[in-house]
Amino acid sequence: MRPRRRTTSGDALSTGIITAILGCVVLLPLSAVVWSATKDGTDSFTRALSNPQAIDALKFTLGAAAIVALVSAVTGTAVAWVLVRDRFRGRALLDAVIDIPFALPTIVAGLTLLALYGPKSPVGINIAFTQASVVAALLFVTFPFVVRAVQPVLIELDREMEEAASSLGASPSTILRRIILPNLLPAILTGTGLAFAKAIGEFGSVVLISGNVPFDTEVASVYIFGLIESDDASGAAAVSTVLLAISVVVLAGIDVLRRRSTR
Amino acid sequence: MTIEIQRVTRSFGGHVAVNDVSLTIGDGSLTALLGPSGSGKSTLLRIVAGLEVPDGGTVVIGGREVTRLKPQDRGIGFVFQHYAAFKHMTVYENIAFGMKIRRRPKKEVRDRVNELLKLVQLEGFAERYPSQLSGGQRQRMALARSLAIEPEVLLLDEPFGALDAKVRRELRTWLRHLHDDMHVTTVIVTHDQEEAMDIADEVVIMDHGVVQQVGQPRDVYEHPANEFVMGFLGPVNEVDGGLVRPHDLEISESPLDGAAEAHVERIVHLGFEVRVEIVRADGWKLWAQLTRDEVETLGLQPGQLVWVRSRRARTFEDDPRADPVPTQA
Repeated sequence: MRPRRRTTSGDALSTGIITAILGCVVLLPLSAVVWSATKDGTDSFTRALSNPQAIDALKFTLGAAAIVALVSAVTGTAVAWVLVRDRFRGRALLDAVIDIPFALPTIVAGLTLLALYGPKSPVGINIAFTQASVVAALLFVTFPFVVRAVQPVLIELDREMEEAASSLGASPSTILRRIILPNLLPAILTGTGLAFAKAIGEFGSVVLISGNVPFDTEVASVYIFGLIESDDASGAAAVSTVLLAISVVVLAGIDVLRRRSTR
Repeated sequence: MTIEIQRVTRSFGGHVAVNDVSLTIGDGSLTALLGPSGSGKSTLLRIVAGLEVPDGGTVVIGGREVTRLKPQDRGIGFVFQHYAAFKHMTVYENIAFGMKIRRRPKKEVRDRVNELLKLVQLEGFAERYPSQLSGGQRQRMALARSLAIEPEVLLLDEPFGALDAKVRRELRTWLRHLHDDMHVTTVIVTHDQEEAMDIADEVVIMDHGVVQQVGQPRDVYEHPANEFVMGFLGPVNEVDGGLVRPHDLEISESPLDGAAEAHVERIVHLGFEVRVEIVRADGWKLWAQLTRDEVETLGLQPGQLVWVRSRRARTFEDDPRADPVPTQA
């Protein structure tokens, strides 16, 4: 039961500033997308979305993003665990390296991945122009989300809870399942949600390695790019609106789950 | 169950936290491990619980050697200073945890948890989360949680250290009564000598990873084994190469046998107790602990000339400890 705070003039000012920034930076472009998608009436909107190529691109994008989010949830949590709980040489270096996918321009990531997993692969793995290459690229660019979400929570996690559980008879696997994971769950959900949202909109890292084969490796963002190239701005906006809606729903859903698990 | 600690040693890096400690804790007793921070008392307790593995030595509980046994296989109740509450579980789930992972029948769990909630006076709090409880309530919940597995040994690591003075006194009296009802062998770690003297049947005083003295509270207070123990168990004055407790200083308005001339520097009223700070003619400073009535009868005033002598001074000539006397003024 948090007591309601009275709004002071300072609060009103800061609320105003935040709303203005949020509006200009985030909400305005988003509404512009929705507006341009619907300005020619719902007909062009439904037409754009009933295009089989559009449907396929959206389906593939969502599927790949879902896989990536799930893999990222597991591997990201594991990496965060190692970074926080294990002491080994090069830990600080590894910790710094985690952020590279954030720092690197995604097109550079795309080039790197093409060089590594393309036809001239030095490691003998050629997955270029396959759906797997899209998943690989998305895994790379979304990797830091879960790690960086879980890491601080894990650092703050009360080790004595684990000792208490252990003194009460819990085995290490029981402690992991019933003590550690429930406490990490909100952070894992947050990271996973962000990774998913990033994955459904990813362009730069995917555009080179996927080959953009329609009905196969073409993701939604590349499809949208194609529509714009062929002067179908309202079609592009329509597909974008769908991506936007999915992002919003997923992030909102994750937030509900997160609140529920933090209670 | 009897706890036998034999020649246990544990170091962290270069620091020897517990140094060759041997100690027997009697079945059903309430023992306090008392010492300043860094004395090794918590490490010793954690070794008994299995939360630390000793570098050397053995721990035997109820005739069973448990030195290398994992904590989860020891069946020991452990209570932490900062409660170690399972934040994501309700009070009920916290207390039920140990029984649930033992896959006890639901009804048994429910009955036992309700019984424990009553015991720790948390009925009506079952559905709360730890964050909605006060410190004292959280610690009672943690105690109930540790008792739920029906431990043969209960270990408490500074259990009241994070609570305010009043709650702390209430809880320790309550814990003492609880112990009298249950007869579980209980070891409590504390740095508060008053708490140890108040609650324990037997006090184990530790310093620098070594047991300095073991005995009943009154015994160790009356017959401290060395300067450290005497200084740690209560305030002391250093006089003429020995130690004297402030309540063992006698103050008189007229000359007494063996008394030194002094004058009163300051009088501090602390309720029933009055601290009288005095300076002997040779410049040596002392303080005496008198009752309010004694001060009134003597009519003591700052600057007044008095005579002072000690009723009971202790010298520790054979004390091997090289450390200077820790005086608490």
